[in-house]
Formats: sequence, structure tokens, C-alpha cells
Amino acid sequence: KEVGAKSNRSVQYFPNMYEDVGYSTYSEGDVFTNNMEAQKPVDGTVSRGWLPYNYEDDNEGYASAKANLTNPVPLTEDHLANGQALYGIYCAICHGNKGDGQGHLVKTEKILGVPSYDAREITQGSIYHVMYYGINSMGSYASQTSTEERWEIAHYVDALRADLMGVAR
Amino acid sequence: MTKKNLHLSSLQLFLASLFLVFSMMSASAQEDLTTSDGEPAVPVEATTDAGTVGNATQGEALFKANCAACHKLYKRATGPALFQVSQRHDREWLYEWIKNSAALIASGDPEAVAIYNEYNQSNMNAFPQLSNSDIDDILAYTDTEPPVPTAAVAGVDEVAGGGASSETTNNIVLGVLALVLIILIVVLFAVNATLKRFAAANGIQTEFEEDKPARTPIWKAFVQNQFLILVTAIFLLLASAYFVYGAFMSVGVDQGYAPVQPIHYSHRIHAGVSQIECKYCHSSARESKHSGIPSLNVCMNCHKSIAEVSDDTYAEGMEEYGVDYNKEIQKLYAATGWSEAEQAYTGEEEPVRWVRIHNLPDLAYFNHAQHVTAGNIDCQTCHGPVEEMEIMYQYSPLTMGWCINCHRETNVDLDNGYYEEIHKELSEKRGGRQLTIADLGGLECGKCHY
Repeated sequence: KEVGAKSNRSVQYFPNMYEDVGYSTYSEGDVFTNNMEAQKPVDGTVSRGWLPYNYEDDNEGYASAKANLTNPVPLTEDHLANGQALYGIYCAICHGNKGDGQGHLVKTEKILGVPSYDAREITQGSIYHVMYYGINSMGSYASQTSTEERWEIAHYVDALRADLMGVAR
Repeated sequence: MTKKNLHLSSLQLFLASLFLVFSMMSASAQEDLTTSDGEPAVPVEATTDAGTVGNATQGEALFKANCAACHKLYKRATGPALFQVSQRHDREWLYEWIKNSAALIASGDPEAVAIYNEYNQSNMNAFPQLSNSDIDDILAYTDTEPPVPTAAVAGVDEVAGGGASSETTNNIVLGVLALVLIILIVVLFAVNATLKRFAAANGIQTEFEEDKPARTPIWKAFVQNQFLILVTAIFLLLASAYFVYGAFMSVGVDQGYAPVQPIHYSHRIHAGVSQIECKYCHSSARESKHSGIPSLNVCMNCHKSIAEVSDDTYAEGMEEYGVDYNKEIQKLYAATGWSEAEQAYTGEEEPVRWVRIHNLPDLAYFNHAQHVTAGNIDCQTCHGPVEEMEIMYQYSPLTMGWCINCHRETNVDLDNGYYEEIHKELSEKRGGRQLTIADLGGLECGKCHY
């Protein structure tokens, strides 16, 4: 059914419980700084089920993560399949489905200079580090993925890299 | 005889006028072509300096594959603008720098350290795989003169000129058509008058001049017919009931709601043209009750390097939607405090006050993750063809009846491990029929209204 655009909401008849009494997610409220309901947690606090990432966002942190950080998520079919699905959502748009740096945005020349995975020396630790902080033109994906999901993606990236280099996964 | 002659002449006139119109139209069309062709886009060749070595075309490919992530030719990006870099630095130094900049910095080379510090100490990747001749190619490409000013000006002129000329030709064609129509009408009146004169002369009475018997006016006849009045009254009652009911039923339904957003964000470009996955930006739909509006860091993932849309997209935005997409990207930069010139955040942030379109009353509980991840429902099922929407609007009514309909018709995804046992049992009870959400209690009040 075709719907025409309206710039106003329809009328409500006695909207008793229509408006939120509590603060709802993403809403505005003048008691908050910047009017945003979403306030940042205090620095240094740790919530249950989450651990801070201990590597700094600089060159030493990168080198250290590359050398020392290992993937705590076991390499199973399930995790790899999850990694593939997540890779399809967040990474393939630039890095390409095969990881060769030929994603849709690269082919249409919106974003350039995306390297192929086999062109760089990368480890699971450095993959995770880059997903967490971003690197140069690439932004951080820490807000879109959870810790476990990033490790799943790292598994899949490793598998793609193995394919590109022609070695067994 | 005379009559036939007259008939022929009017036909001839008509044909002649038609011919005139078409010839004018084609002439103006040709004119249009020549105006757009008259200003040929200046072909900008990749000009290389006579003194440099290397192949700029190969260099371009290498540059786009290896360097363009951080460098632009004429504008500062993560790294410096590379236009004529070969004239700023010694060639041997550049070979060394590109192959392994970190080593050069570590060796304490003053030139290298100065650059490293100027660009926020971000490390340039090492490119040991590039040979000296590869680097020569790249440097030849970086010496390419900027084509930007001439090309851009010519492009704008062309677009504006093309638009204006097509408008004027349209006006000309319309004017000619109107003129021809007027001529036709005049001619027809003339023909009619002549024919009537002939008829009068020959003593033929045309039907227009016959005397008509006086008729009762139609409204009087209507009033006198009681059956018709009854039928009409019933019809009017039903019609008013239909409209009143329709009006009541549209209370509280926001289908088609499309408010003006603070930034003209186009789902058509992002999800349609660029084919970005829905969950790239709306990532919380996988995990959370809310499929949130992406925070601005997600915008900056890409728009750090995309400060301007392509020329085609720009022209499309201006012509079809009247929106300057580049200005909209600048609004994003203002909100995030991103300084394009310095390629750094200034720290002056201002949240964007997006206008929420889809809203349920607070008394209803809806969970995105349950529908997207567990239910495996396509985003388009509820939100419509978002990838074709230039401006977002509410596609579905989001009324309770709409929810319940879908719960009655949709089969449960049986591959879900959590439900496996109960599904098998229930399915057997219902004679092996596929289970719908309603069978699992998806219509219970407490499921959605606590």
C-alpha cells in the first residue's frame, strides 16, 4: 500500500500511558548534561561480564598486542560462522568478502587504499587491536561489536588470510 | 464538391500544423544537444613533468591500493598531501622512507623525525614489497597536476547550463503547442461557420436548430421519485458511516510520518547505493531491545575519509532533492567537532537531535533482538524498502492489529535450539502443523503489555 508523507504525527485520543514516565533510551531530559539521557559511565569502572582492554592506543600498544595477545575464543564451527556473519555486516563493505580489499565501497571508489589481508603481517592480536581502536583511516568498531564478537571476527579474518595466501586454514 | 474541398483543406491544415510542431520540437532538441555538446568537458590528461621518471598510470593503481588510505594528493589526510612530494624530498630518502619509515625515524634522521612529530606520531606502514621503480611510478602519479579547479568549474557550468537550456526548450515547445492549438480552434470555428452557411444555403436543417419539447428539470424529477430519495439517503448514511469510522480508525496511526531531520540523512545512498548492511549502523538491533540510532562515531568510521560526495551524487542531490549533500556532511563534522583542515577532533561536540519516527506507547514492550536475531525477520518486513527512502518515513502502521496479524501468520523458526523440545511436542499435538507465534502464546496480553 502506498503511503503519502506526513510531516506531523496523527492525533492521540486520551494518551494516558502513551508518554514515558521514566527516562527512555535515547530520550532527552533537561536534568542531564547535554540534554542526553545516555550518560557516560564513570572512568575506570568495570561492569559485570566485561573486562577493560589493557593495550594502549599507540604504536607500542599495537606492537605489544600483535606480539602477546592471543584469541581466548576457541576456534569452532559456530564461532567461525558467527565471525563470518559479523564480517559480512561490518567488514566486507570495505575489505571485500574475500578480504582482498575489494569491497563495494572500494570498487565504487568511495573509500580507497584498503589493503588485502595477505599484504600485511597481521596476527590475531593485531586484528583485535585494530578492531578495538581503529587504525589511521579505519575507525573503531568497539561500539558496534562485543568482545567475543570481535574475537570471532578475528578468527574469520585469519581464515580469509589463509585462503588468500593459499595455505590451509 | 465544395464541401469536400473544404474538408480536405482543414485536414491539410491540421496535418501541416502537426508537422510544424514536430519539426519545431526536433529542431529544439537538436539545439539542446548542440548546447550541451558545444561546451565539451576539457579532457584532463595526467600530465607528468618532463624531468620525472616512472609511469603515472601504473602509479595511480599502486597509489590507490597502498597509499590512498592515509594520503590524498592535494589535501591533508591522516598523512600529508603528496602532491609534488618528490620535489620536497630527496628521491633516495623517499625510497628509504616508503620502504620502512619506522627504521628511518629510529635512526634519528631529522627530516623523518620532524614529519613523524608533525603528523601526531602516527606510524606509516612499511612497504618493503614496493620496488624502486614502483615508487618511481607512484611519485610520477603524485606529480600529476590537480585537475580539480578547471574540471569542477566546467562541470558546474555544464550542469547549470544544461538545466537552463532544457527548461527554455521546454518552454518553447509548450508555447508552440499552445499557438498551434489556438490556430486549430480558430480553424475549426471557421470550418463550422462555413458548413453552417452551406447548410442554410442548401435548405438542410441541422439537429441543433430543432425545437425541443419542454422537459421537467432533473432535480424536480428526482424529488418526485420517493424510491430514489430513499436509496440516496441510505447511500449517504452508509458513506458518512464509512468516512466517520475511517477517521476514527486513523486516530493514533502514524503511517507515513516523515518529519524533517536536523541532518538530511539519505538511507537511499547509504543502504541502497552503497549497500551498507542495515546492522552496520543499527548494530544494537542484534543484541538489544532498542535498535538505536547510530552514534556519531559510526558516521566518522567512513566520513573521516569521505568529506565530499561524488560529483554525480552531488548533482543528483541538487536536482532531484534540492539538497547539498556536502553541506550535510559538514553538519556532521560540526556535530562531532572534526576539523577537516587539521584532520583531528577539536573536542567541541554537539549531539544531533534526530527526530524519532517509529514510536510505540510506553505501555507496549517491543524487543528488536527477539525479532531480528531469534526471529530472523528481514528489516524490510516491518520498516519497508528503507534502501529506497531518501527521507525516512514510517512504513507500517505499528498498530496492535498489525502486530497480531503477523503473529498469527508467521511460523516459528524451528532451528532455534532453545525451543527444539517444546516445538516437537507442540507440533505433534497440533497434527504436525507448522507452529505460529500465536501457538507459543504470542497473543497473550502479558507478552507485550507486561
